[in-house]
Amino acid sequence: MKLKKSFGFIVMAVAMLGLSSTLSSVSHAETKVGFVYVGPIGDHGWTYQHDRARLAVEKALGNKVKTTFVESVKEGPDSERVIRQLASSGHELIFTTSFGFMNPTLKAAKKFGNVKFEHATGYKQAKNVGTYSARFYEGRYIAGVIAGKVSKTNKIGYVASFPIPEVVRGINAFMLGARSVNPKMSISVVWVNSWYDPGKEGDAAKALIDQGADIITQHTDSPAPLQVAENRGVKGFGQASDMIKFAPKAQLSAIVNNWGAYYVERTKAMMNGSWKSQDVWYGLKEGMVEMAPYTNMPSNAAALAKKTEEAIRSGDLHPFTGPIKDQSGKLVVEAGKIADAGMLLGMNFYVEGVQGSLPK
Amino acid sequence: MDLVAIVLTIITASTPLLLAATGELITEKSGVLNLGVEGMMLIGAITAFATTTITNSAVLGVLAGAAAGTSMACVFGILVLIFLANQVATGLALTIFGIGLSALVGTGFVGIALEPLPKLDLGPISAVPVIGQILLGQDFLVYLSFFMVVLVAYFLSKTRLGLILRAVGESHDSAHALGYPVLLVRFLAILFGGFMCGLAGSYLSLAYTPLWAENMTAGRGWIAVALVVFGTWRAGRVALGAYLFGAITILQLHVQGWGLEIASQFMSMLPYLATIVVLVIISRDGAKIRLNAPQSIGKAFTPSR
Amino acid sequence: MFTLERRVEQSKSWLVFSPIMAIALTILSGIIIFSVLDKDPWMSLYTFFIQPLTTGFGFTELIVKATPLILIGVGLSIGFKANVWNIGAEGQFTMGAIAGGGTALFLNTQESFLVLPAVLLMGIFGGIVWGMIPAFLKTKFNANEILTSLMLSYVALLILSYLVHGPWRDPGGYNFPESEIFSDFAMLPILLEGTRLNLGTVFALLSVLIIYILLSRTVLGYQFKVVGLAPAAAKHAGFDRAKLIWLSMIISGGLAGLAGISEVSGTIGQLLPSVSPGYGFTAIIVAFLGRLNPVGVLFAGLIMALTYIGGENAQIEIGLPAAVTGLFQGIILFYLLACDVLARYRLRYKPFLKARDRE
Repeated sequence: MKLKKSFGFIVMAVAMLGLSSTLSSVSHAETKVGFVYVGPIGDHGWTYQHDRARLAVEKALGNKVKTTFVESVKEGPDSERVIRQLASSGHELIFTTSFGFMNPTLKAAKKFGNVKFEHATGYKQAKNVGTYSARFYEGRYIAGVIAGKVSKTNKIGYVASFPIPEVVRGINAFMLGARSVNPKMSISVVWVNSWYDPGKEGDAAKALIDQGADIITQHTDSPAPLQVAENRGVKGFGQASDMIKFAPKAQLSAIVNNWGAYYVERTKAMMNGSWKSQDVWYGLKEGMVEMAPYTNMPSNAAALAKKTEEAIRSGDLHPFTGPIKDQSGKLVVEAGKIADAGMLLGMNFYVEGVQGSLPK
Repeated sequence: MDLVAIVLTIITASTPLLLAATGELITEKSGVLNLGVEGMMLIGAITAFATTTITNSAVLGVLAGAAAGTSMACVFGILVLIFLANQVATGLALTIFGIGLSALVGTGFVGIALEPLPKLDLGPISAVPVIGQILLGQDFLVYLSFFMVVLVAYFLSKTRLGLILRAVGESHDSAHALGYPVLLVRFLAILFGGFMCGLAGSYLSLAYTPLWAENMTAGRGWIAVALVVFGTWRAGRVALGAYLFGAITILQLHVQGWGLEIASQFMSMLPYLATIVVLVIISRDGAKIRLNAPQSIGKAFTPSR
Repeated sequence: MFTLERRVEQSKSWLVFSPIMAIALTILSGIIIFSVLDKDPWMSLYTFFIQPLTTGFGFTELIVKATPLILIGVGLSIGFKANVWNIGAEGQFTMGAIAGGGTALFLNTQESFLVLPAVLLMGIFGGIVWGMIPAFLKTKFNANEILTSLMLSYVALLILSYLVHGPWRDPGGYNFPESEIFSDFAMLPILLEGTRLNLGTVFALLSVLIIYILLSRTVLGYQFKVVGLAPAAAKHAGFDRAKLIWLSMIISGGLAGLAGISEVSGTIGQLLPSVSPGYGFTAIIVAFLGRLNPVGVLFAGLIMALTYIGGENAQIEIGLPAAVTGLFQGIILFYLLACDVLARYRLRYKPFLKARDRE
């Protein structure tokens, strides 16, 4: 009986095919660039910033490019299909903007040798797959320096998403920055096990403030923790974009993800034939990480923040310069040395001053 | 550690759950299972947020949010009562619909900040430690959530209309035979459910975290549905459940802040595990539960039969 | 006043007409929605429903996407028939992925053709265990399975999260939250070279067949139906309600577990922090859309999968936001569910007063 149902469906389908085939002739004079997003573009966080960068590409290259995006693509079985469909529908460069898209991107890249891929935050490259990531920890170090200057309780509340190296690196950079100006600083971390749950993120911030933190910072997507800081009269930092509108009295600064320049650069490279697979990790110097204006703090703190930012930008200062001790007091980076790339990429320990433990 | 502050946090975390669950309780008591709570909450949240942003009036925002939730419920009611569509599937479809529609409407409202809903301020009385802070310093939706629990409990157990509602949920055929307008009662119960979900959504986007972001309910609608079951279809117990769930959610965050050496995923499991355990304990007495569970839940009713 | 009258038997002609009516209404709404959004409505409808099926890859992807929905949906339909409300298939799916995937990781250096059967069996077992907990709590403590199965879903998702963020991380993966990639011996064979169509689809078809026979040809199947439709009669006939609860949770849990491991070792090839884009919940709609009939579920799964793939395609081809595709998907489901009424009920015109008189 259901057979008939599907038969009816097919009859309609064929009828529509006939009607529509005349409409489907679209010319592709412009270069097509595809973007795969893990969240909705309305998340006001990670995906929102990637989409602003996509718009920057459209603005910079005008009608020479046509961009396409697919949002809320779940990591897992769906992503490979979406990437392959973009590749097979004439997109010549495809940005896959979440770590979980790494293996699907590589699989699709194998099938579509002529298409170029750019995968964010991964570590596997191929001839037609480049990777890019941002040194957000540089911004977090500066935020730590500010916190060390501004905090009165010497306690920082850190709202975190998942224990992955990117997040752990941020926590450690923040701690090192804070301790560089005030060795008594400590960080309490609360994991909300979500990138995105405004209510829970806000609740975590409240819990941390109730436990004595007077600086709130976060590695989750929504402005909720910062809003809580504003309402409770403590200070905090914006995440991914300048969130001053949400906390005009509380935001000290914000670490801004700016992918726009990179996307424009790579799209141009693809168009003039100079695109090559590469592995870049850009920071303040290249403009992939930016700091929002230093506000709501004494001028000496702002001056120090600016100085630190300058030093990182010029290469005089690397946030992970020894001596660095882990929680047990063991020296993991010797004085004067800089943590090597492997340690930075796969960071899985807390530095001295961070409370709690990491899952092993 | 400030106990009062913790209680205040628990109240904010529990209120949206309580509002939505109270509405769903009435819907289910009439014999209809609406799994579209998440979708109705999202529509309520964006409508309240958008209205408040445009009119600058939180009261109008809350009203609009509640109205939006009600109209979503209206769609559901027409589908399941008139077209006799399957309730479970229609509820889930309502959620998919609500997520999409709210995201579409919300496109222009991402990144806008609002003042949180004003709180009751009786001057020095509201500042009285503990009692004043907890009891007299909340926003009006919190008071409303409690008032609704009492009202619903009273309605179900003490009023004639409540009796009719329960009769309809118990056995629609007998209720029909007695001359009660089964479909009308169910439709109103569904609308009330949507109204409360709209309020719950408004609370999320105006008071809990005064912002709009896609999918900001993050699964709270599902928890609300579960809480009705948890409360064994009794208003007081539903309220208890909402606060138990809220309290454990908040406390596990506090415990993490103390630096306990336990993987955070296990801490995040606690609210779910706790509700299962408590449900098991209160369900052991089977006879009592069956008295409360609406027997004809999920079943379609055709008067002509 | 119009009233609906239950048909003694489902109307054969309306079984065909009702979906056609739903499709017509969908097209009508589509024209309105897409016109409002300034998109060419016929082009939009074409990209949504037809274009995904015009390529071989698109067609196989439809089946790949439908496979887990059918597997889970078929299992759920048994329980729903018997009024056992398992809404935690998402958790049973995830547990299947964990148990099967864990086995694959454990045996990752073994080069034996026994690896795959072990992986699959463990996957099914994982789903069964996760389904048995609500069954146990229901039969022993009278705890409502709506709550327990739903809550256990969240627990399963968090266990998976813990494992891939912790002990099961790929040792060569810089502590990123992904397991090692499974060896070929743990992977389901691909049925069509160059596509992702794998043996999981065969499992889905087999499950449809087996459950169909179970429901239509066995005493047990008859018991499931009677318990659902007439609990009192079932009690009178001496059917063991507890046994049916256990069985339906085991069957639906096992099939969800099989779906989970088929997804992990069929298309993904490793464990990730999340392995399901909500299949467990979507499959509930699929089960009812298919009228709790295994063959119906098969087609419902395909239709549901088409709305997802069509949504992706519409984003790619005409820049339709995901929000619109979700909205549209909801509307399609409303129509399908609402039009279904005409197959089961007859529309009768009755003068209002007369209807009252009769009472």
